[in-house]
Amino acid sequence: MSFINLLWVLLLGSLLGLELIGKVPPTLHTPLMSGANAISGITMLAALTCIVKAEGNLPLLIIGSVSLGFALFNVVGGFFVTDRMLAMFSRKPSNKK
Amino acid sequence: MTLPEIIQFVIDLLAVLLLALGIKGLSKVKSARDANRLAAFAMSLSVVGLLSYYLGTSGIAIQSWIWIIIGSIIGSLFGAILAKKVPMTSMPETVALFNGCGGMSSLLVALGVAIFPISSSSLINQVSISVSIFVGAITFTGSIVAMAKLQGWLSTPGWTQSKVRHFVNIVFAVASLIAFFDLINGNTSSIWLLVIVSSLLGIGVTLPIGGADMPVVISLLNSYSGIAAAAAGFVVNSQLLIIAGAMVGAAGLILTQVMCKGMNRSLVSVLFGGSLSAQSTASSGSGEYTNITSCSVEECALTLEAANKVIIVPGYGLAVAQAQHTLREVTKKLEQNGIEVVYAIHPVAGRMPGHMNVLLAEADVPYEQLKEMDVVNPDFPATDVVLVLGANDVVNPQAKNDSSSPLYGMPVLDVQEARTVFVIKRGMSAGYSGIKNDLFDLPNTSMVFGDAKKVLNDLIGELKDLGVGEK
Repeated sequence: MSFINLLWVLLLGSLLGLELIGKVPPTLHTPLMSGANAISGITMLAALTCIVKAEGNLPLLIIGSVSLGFALFNVVGGFFVTDRMLAMFSRKPSNKK
Repeated sequence: MTLPEIIQFVIDLLAVLLLALGIKGLSKVKSARDANRLAAFAMSLSVVGLLSYYLGTSGIAIQSWIWIIIGSIIGSLFGAILAKKVPMTSMPETVALFNGCGGMSSLLVALGVAIFPISSSSLINQVSISVSIFVGAITFTGSIVAMAKLQGWLSTPGWTQSKVRHFVNIVFAVASLIAFFDLINGNTSSIWLLVIVSSLLGIGVTLPIGGADMPVVISLLNSYSGIAAAAAGFVVNSQLLIIAGAMVGAAGLILTQVMCKGMNRSLVSVLFGGSLSAQSTASSGSGEYTNITSCSVEECALTLEAANKVIIVPGYGLAVAQAQHTLREVTKKLEQNGIEVVYAIHPVAGRMPGHMNVLLAEADVPYEQLKEMDVVNPDFPATDVVLVLGANDVVNPQAKNDSSSPLYGMPVLDVQEARTVFVIKRGMSAGYSGIKNDLFDLPNTSMVFGDAKKVLNDLIGELKDLGVGEK
């Protein structure tokens, strides 16, 4: 991919992000923040690339591995915690008397 | 295109689509939970796509697999454990911590690639590495400071409220700019300078911000971590990373804006204004209370028993006292006695927008009883009793009446319109804003002093004695 093409990707991705969230009820601010936060852990792909391309360079392998750990901590924790919050909302209808 | 490239392209395309649908779905109550799972699925899909590409082309060395597995297991395990164990009341600092780690990850990748180049280094490569380090470091230290402040490990140091902080931060910003250009010019040793000064900048910018504004800051830092991810995407030449990072960055910015609006604060004043209390002590805020009525739990119970309609205003104090379950016990009793109970939720009740809804949902409060501010405000004149539990600034009439008040213009709950208001509070200390609450001085307001949980427990006892809730 040429740099120019990647810039286009950046621009269109940003526009998409701006459009995706229009009206958010305050109820969902916290879960949405935490969900979006989990997605930002997508840097795990960069960490993986680092490790795969390290070609036996031990320091790079270690840096990549630590980076992968941090990213997955963000991703796994983020999605779980969001699910925990949202589970509380969906439980409601059954509690009606 | 070769076959592995096509496979990865298709998977990436699908992952982006699902991620976008996930973010969209997360902004609606009905679809939110499924949307979160969809996004999680999309993320794992993207990993499969990447690994399959490398397996199909260069292959993945055993050594790489080992480090991948070590990193994944440790990271996921800690993440999952923390997510399961952390109490709902500490949600804001948990999000901050996760966010910081995302930033750290981008920072490390960029650092690794900068020291051990995996592709021929070009100007573009240098720029994206620098951006990734800069944003990643700010995200990391900023988030950690935000977490520490929310946990109460860090307080706001005095000097950060003076003008000195602007000077200090400008020095950090200029220094990182110098390091940035030095790095692009090929002087790799300045990378450490960049890491250090951008880390310091993250601390310097976050430290002066007051507790009430922290959610906005976390949301903004969340947006930064998206930008850091997009920058890392340029470093390793991955479109998927750029798209996902850009989406989170932009969506985070919108969310930050929405939150600011709910709190009647502009982003600029949050970031550069320092904490609200520092400004207000100089102005009208600090005054003496002249007409405080304090009453016992027993009187409160008697009034509640005679009421037809009760509105509960929960706030931060309720969350701190972890009293949401006890509160639910009280309201259950009242409901059994035929009293109408509604919860008035201010947009920023709790410690983060939406946080109070989560806490009350955890205590099994039916969703229909949670009323948002605009819906519930016209109901106050027809209400017999309002119970204010650990909320302060969001029920301050100054926001409506006193144009000199720093709170002026903030949307508030009009609790003073109700016949009787009980404020359950530990003492006379001021709220986040540090501003005197005129509500406490009103003749129809009575203060019940004590820890929210203890008062509510006593209230249950008193109600029991009165025979409320026993058919």
